[in-house]
Amino acid sequence: METLTPKAGIFSPAPPVRGAESALRVENLSKHFSGFQALSGVAIDIKRGEVHGLLGQNGSGKSTFIKILGGYHVPDPGASLFVGGLRAEFTPGTFRKLGIAFVHQHLGLVPSMTVLENLLVVEHAIEPRWFINWHLQEKRAISLFQRFGLEIDPSTPVKRLNPAEQALFAIVRAFDQLEHTPATAAKLLILDEPTPFLPAQDVQKLFALVRAIVAEGASVLFVSHDIDEVCEITDRITVLRDGQIAGSLITNECKKSDIVKLIVGQDVNLSARPHGLERRQEMLTVNGLNGRVLKDFSMFARKGEVVGLTGLIGSGYDDIVNLCFGAIQAHAGTLTLNGTIHDLTTMTPHKSVQAGIVLIPSERHASGIVQSLDVTDNVTLPILDRFGGGWALSRNMMRSRAKVLNESFDVRPRDPDTLMSSMSGGNQQKVVLSKWFQIQPKLVFLDEPTQGVDIGARAQVFDEIRKMASRGTVIICASSDHEQLAAICDRVLVLSHGLLVVSLEGDDISKGAISEACYINEEASMKVALT
Amino acid sequence: MTDAVPTDTARYRQRWIDRCERYGLIVVWLVVIAVFGIAQPATFLSWANFSTIFGSQAVLVVMTLGLIVPLTAGDYDLSIAGNLTLSSMTIAVLNVHAGWPILAAVTAALLIGLLIGLVNAFVVLYFRINSLIVTLGMGTFVHGITLWLSNSNTISGIDFTLTKAIIVTRLFGIPLAFYYALLVAMIIWYVFSFTAAGQRLLFVGRGRDVARLSGIRVTQVRAITFLVSGFLGSLSGVLSVGSLGGADPNSGLSYLLPAFAAAFLGATTIVPGRFNPIGSVIAVYFLVTGITGLSILGVSTFVQDLFYGGALIAAICVSQLVRGRQEMT
Repeated sequence: METLTPKAGIFSPAPPVRGAESALRVENLSKHFSGFQALSGVAIDIKRGEVHGLLGQNGSGKSTFIKILGGYHVPDPGASLFVGGLRAEFTPGTFRKLGIAFVHQHLGLVPSMTVLENLLVVEHAIEPRWFINWHLQEKRAISLFQRFGLEIDPSTPVKRLNPAEQALFAIVRAFDQLEHTPATAAKLLILDEPTPFLPAQDVQKLFALVRAIVAEGASVLFVSHDIDEVCEITDRITVLRDGQIAGSLITNECKKSDIVKLIVGQDVNLSARPHGLERRQEMLTVNGLNGRVLKDFSMFARKGEVVGLTGLIGSGYDDIVNLCFGAIQAHAGTLTLNGTIHDLTTMTPHKSVQAGIVLIPSERHASGIVQSLDVTDNVTLPILDRFGGGWALSRNMMRSRAKVLNESFDVRPRDPDTLMSSMSGGNQQKVVLSKWFQIQPKLVFLDEPTQGVDIGARAQVFDEIRKMASRGTVIICASSDHEQLAAICDRVLVLSHGLLVVSLEGDDISKGAISEACYINEEASMKVALT
Repeated sequence: MTDAVPTDTARYRQRWIDRCERYGLIVVWLVVIAVFGIAQPATFLSWANFSTIFGSQAVLVVMTLGLIVPLTAGDYDLSIAGNLTLSSMTIAVLNVHAGWPILAAVTAALLIGLLIGLVNAFVVLYFRINSLIVTLGMGTFVHGITLWLSNSNTISGIDFTLTKAIIVTRLFGIPLAFYYALLVAMIIWYVFSFTAAGQRLLFVGRGRDVARLSGIRVTQVRAITFLVSGFLGSLSGVLSVGSLGGADPNSGLSYLLPAFAAAFLGATTIVPGRFNPIGSVIAVYFLVTGITGLSILGVSTFVQDLFYGGALIAAICVSQLVRGRQEMT
């Protein structure tokens, strides 16, 4: 075994679990994406039969780490991987052979197919099998479910199971895959955010299952945002922050506040923001919004105010913008803008745009721009009616319009004939902003406005957003990027389980304060939600 | 993020590649004409031959134009050939058997075309089913009605005014049918290139979610494209009745594949990567020229199937290459 040379101050060696053999050990794991260091020098040792928690904010490198284990990304040279004490390679597609199984947040089940078909799909993907003995497989499935106290009929379609049963089934399915690997394999089950969509009592069932699985000799890496859950189920915890190990702890020897401190870090940045907004009139109110996970959500915003919405995954902060814009139908709720009341149950994107409300969606490639068309086509879409009422488009006038916008939003290259697909993410996003900001909207919804945007363009995007606000437009920004919210928002609303829990205003807003509010108030809202 | 400044030679090369793509099909067409012209100067290069080629294919041109409208919005209309047979049979039955005046019979046929489009739109959009499968069923259903109406018989003896207005009257030696088709092409060309509706249609086809979130009423746009293809399908039926002087319950179905071949082949030229009316018209005449030339040379009729089938596959491959290149750069 090699001795590891930790970077001073970054890595505090994981406390040993007495007498336990290592199931999977990673050393010196780094990964950079063009100019951005996602992980640097990460080391984790997961013991046999332990539940290991992995905590960290968005952007801390958690998902990059998991994707490397899954073979989606190849780590930078110099990383080492040990399975059961033996050296192994990071090669794509080998995680099954190493004995690693994943259950992602969205479970990876095909809802319309039966439980049994879903159970066997992985085997059928890798084994040529010319005759399937369905009767035998069904018996095997039933005995597997019985072992873990699950009462699921293998012949029901997965969509008829309730969410908790689906999650439990997905976990049992992953465990079943591990059972077919040799004893020397890692036998590691990675649960990636398995709980956000589960009610509290079902989380307990999931934990019982995790304990049963560990008792059978497997190990579990439990990846989560939720500190309470991690404290309850794990033996040890590793916290990632900014791509590095912020610390490793033994769960029953640490306080929750220690963990929060490790996750959030100490950096506090106060940026100057305009004052005197409190006296301005309220321009936007949202009342009684219900839909997705949101329960009776209400908010307001003043003229020229930038309001941030955030929370953990599943808290519903990102649903608000989509529901208010009409991209998703709400069950109930109204939006009042400048005294005009819009019923959100019948809102459509068309009506929103007509009313001067626009949405900059998060999935830029799927929803923001058409890649196979050029800048001119994309950017003139909302203003086509300006060319002879839409009956006499002139390519030249459209091009010069696009050129002016490219100039004022600093889009590179400037040529309006450039295809969107050949632009960088940052420039694409500037095109999306210019597309909508040119119509002088009254209300702008932003959903993760700087996702996949490089650092340089990020500052420009912030700048454009603030400029738009200074002209009196209301801006509502949903984001899990707390640094971004701290940089642009006048007020930040934090949600948890579909409810508004904290409102930060003025100088109270900082990256740390927002993050802390997200984690601390998780518990409080659970109580509210249950009563 | 480096802004690569293309050198002059690279730019020059790119311009030539663009030109080749844009006008390649026209050049190939002229080459085909020249080759057959040299092989059979007397028959092939005669004005009568060209006049036949231009006049006889108006039905196929209009059907192709009917297809590219929903295709641009990302939908298929496979019922368009069935639509042709039904509307031509409607005219024949109403005019010959029921004794309706020809104008009323034509109007009825066009209304039936619109109705087929409406039903297609309703089923596709309300039940959210893939248009390919809906219109496949609709086409066969409509053809069933045609066979029922006509007792599977050809009906002839339609009012001569229609024949006169479509095929007998000539302008510059070419039957009027050709100009009708050209007029439809011009209207679609104008809508595609110079109207907001055309741009919206393009966005609905290229990025439905982008279009929706940009405030375009996607459902409405798609419904209109089905109405347009329904109308043009029945218009091609009217032209067919006029050209034949009667209605045949089956022959219209054989237009479907050539129309798709021409639509996809047309998308490789003039505005490469997009379904476009001018390209479609050129593609129709390119394909017909090839087939006519080969049959003048004495090649058997199976060449038609080889030609259309091959052209469809080749055209799809080429347009995929063009698109792939556009998206990769």
